[in-house]
Amino acid sequence: MLAFLLRRIGLIIPTFIGVTIASFAFIRILPGDPVLLMAGERGTSPERHAELMKQFGFDRPLWEQYFDYLFSALQGDLGNSLVTKKPVWDEFFTLFPATMELSFCAILFAVIIGMPAGVFAAVKRGSWFDQTIMGTALVGYSMPIFWWGLLLIILFSGMLGWTPVSGRISLLYFFPPVTGFMLVDSLLSGQKGAFASALSHLILPTIVLGTIPLAVVARQTRSAMLEVLGEDYVRTARAKGLSPSRVIGVHALRNAMIPVITTIGLQVGVLLAGAILTETIFSWPGIGKWMVDSIFRRDYPAVQGGLLMIAAIVMLVNLIVDLLYGLINPRIRHTR
Amino acid sequence: MSEHTILDARDTRPGGWRSALTEFWHYFSENRGAVIGMWIFLAVCVMALLADVIAPHLPNSQYRDALLVPPVWQEGGDWRFLLGTDAVGRDMLSRLIHGARYSLFVGCIVVTGAMVVGVTAGLVAGFVGGVVDTLVMRLMDIILAFPSLLLALALVAVLGPSLTNAMIAIAIVQQPHYVRLTRAAVLGERNKDYVTAARVAGVGPGRLMFRTILPNCMAPLIVQAALSFSSAILDAAALGFLGMGAQPPTPEWGTMLAEAREFILRAWWVVTLPGLAILVTVLAINLMGDGLRDALDPKLKRS
Repeated sequence: MLAFLLRRIGLIIPTFIGVTIASFAFIRILPGDPVLLMAGERGTSPERHAELMKQFGFDRPLWEQYFDYLFSALQGDLGNSLVTKKPVWDEFFTLFPATMELSFCAILFAVIIGMPAGVFAAVKRGSWFDQTIMGTALVGYSMPIFWWGLLLIILFSGMLGWTPVSGRISLLYFFPPVTGFMLVDSLLSGQKGAFASALSHLILPTIVLGTIPLAVVARQTRSAMLEVLGEDYVRTARAKGLSPSRVIGVHALRNAMIPVITTIGLQVGVLLAGAILTETIFSWPGIGKWMVDSIFRRDYPAVQGGLLMIAAIVMLVNLIVDLLYGLINPRIRHTR
Repeated sequence: MSEHTILDARDTRPGGWRSALTEFWHYFSENRGAVIGMWIFLAVCVMALLADVIAPHLPNSQYRDALLVPPVWQEGGDWRFLLGTDAVGRDMLSRLIHGARYSLFVGCIVVTGAMVVGVTAGLVAGFVGGVVDTLVMRLMDIILAFPSLLLALALVAVLGPSLTNAMIAIAIVQQPHYVRLTRAAVLGERNKDYVTAARVAGVGPGRLMFRTILPNCMAPLIVQAALSFSSAILDAAALGFLGMGAQPPTPEWGTMLAEAREFILRAWWVVTLPGLAILVTVLAINLMGDGLRDALDPKLKRS
């Protein structure tokens, strides 16, 4: 197991270095130099320009600048936002819990509905039930989620008036963030109605962000179950007289879960990409919306830092999924 | 041996493309969804090709006397505008028909670009191996570490927002999948007897890669092409929606949605219809992709 762990970590280090080079290069390939970018349309005098270039170290060789960037990034220094002047690192981690809460709820939504749906579809293979579920899953998989969000707003917020359109909680409630998760914080605050308000703000974004993972989980569960249901040990379990629910629920599902769990783990990239659209539509104050806003505000240090952080998170989660998979399945561990 | 028998032998050759096509169609047409998807997709293609002929109005001509006219079956509808008009009086139907051109164009260009570069890189990586392989695959890992839409968004921010740049960005984001698939297939084929035979017969590396090995790796690549065609359309629409893709007044579906956002509670048709067009097109392609996978996947072909 240790060898497997080291091998996987050994693989991830060059990728991480590459990611830092990519995000470092991001600012350099923009037309004009960084100081001109920061000065914006006002421009600067040549003297001031040279002074600033020296001050930020942009006059030194590129490789020196890169190593500076790498080492400060490793110490949590991603530079300051051009707009708010605050450290990018702090901004990122102030907003990150909002995205994490939303993503977590979305994946929970996807698993709670998608997994049973996939199991039933596999058990009733070929029935109208199977066809309906798989048809719906394919529609979900093909969904332009930014449009889906707008449709849900039209229906539930516009016509029915059930849910709010944007934000994380009603402005009536205010309490200091403890965990950063609005659902938990609203409960901790003890204010009446705060939790309900947070929940009603969360429902539509959760559905929108969870739609594609839901479709993926349902399809993956179905195909994994179909594969397992054809195995000999399932036939043996049936033959020795176990009830169908026990055969499906215990013997088949447990083995079918392995690829499904991997799929769920690999949805993190999908979720973060989806968060960009979902958060923009619902004005959800998370990193997806922050990234889009930063791009539009030409806040390049923020974009650069955000890119690096998001890639690092995706890589970390994929590593964890990989390791867990190796832990469950020894065959993976021992192949090179 | 007479000439007759030789001809016969050629016609019944098991690996002939004609019989392969017949076999493919046999499996593909068993999947009802795939066939429906194919017809819808063909309809969208025809619509795109004949857009100038069948669209009742020009996509950008504004009728100042008819702003936000609802579709014809609703109260206040106008027979001149079957699906209504948008906020500046442009005919929705004509814009949707012309929009098909952009989506299909994006799909074609992105898939071609990503496939040509990705397949070549994958072939070289798998065939040459060693340092080249490591370098190519690590580069792909780096691209894959970024969520696709985010990377596309950042690339467009660097290149400047336009449909062309959006296509370039999406193609870059998608090509690692082709590289990985091709490389895996090449590694599976590289040491088979027919490749060794060709090598011994003196076939050069270029021909060996593209003419000997590549045709035997095509099945997963075709399925991937269908999948990435649909995700290219979705991503381009998403970039358009965020204002980073096609720019107004281009009748691109995602851009149309972005322009319509402020009317979502007043005029449902300006929001609903472009999204529906995206959904139907993408769904049709995904249905086809599922059918292709079933028809081309040798594991499922146990007749």
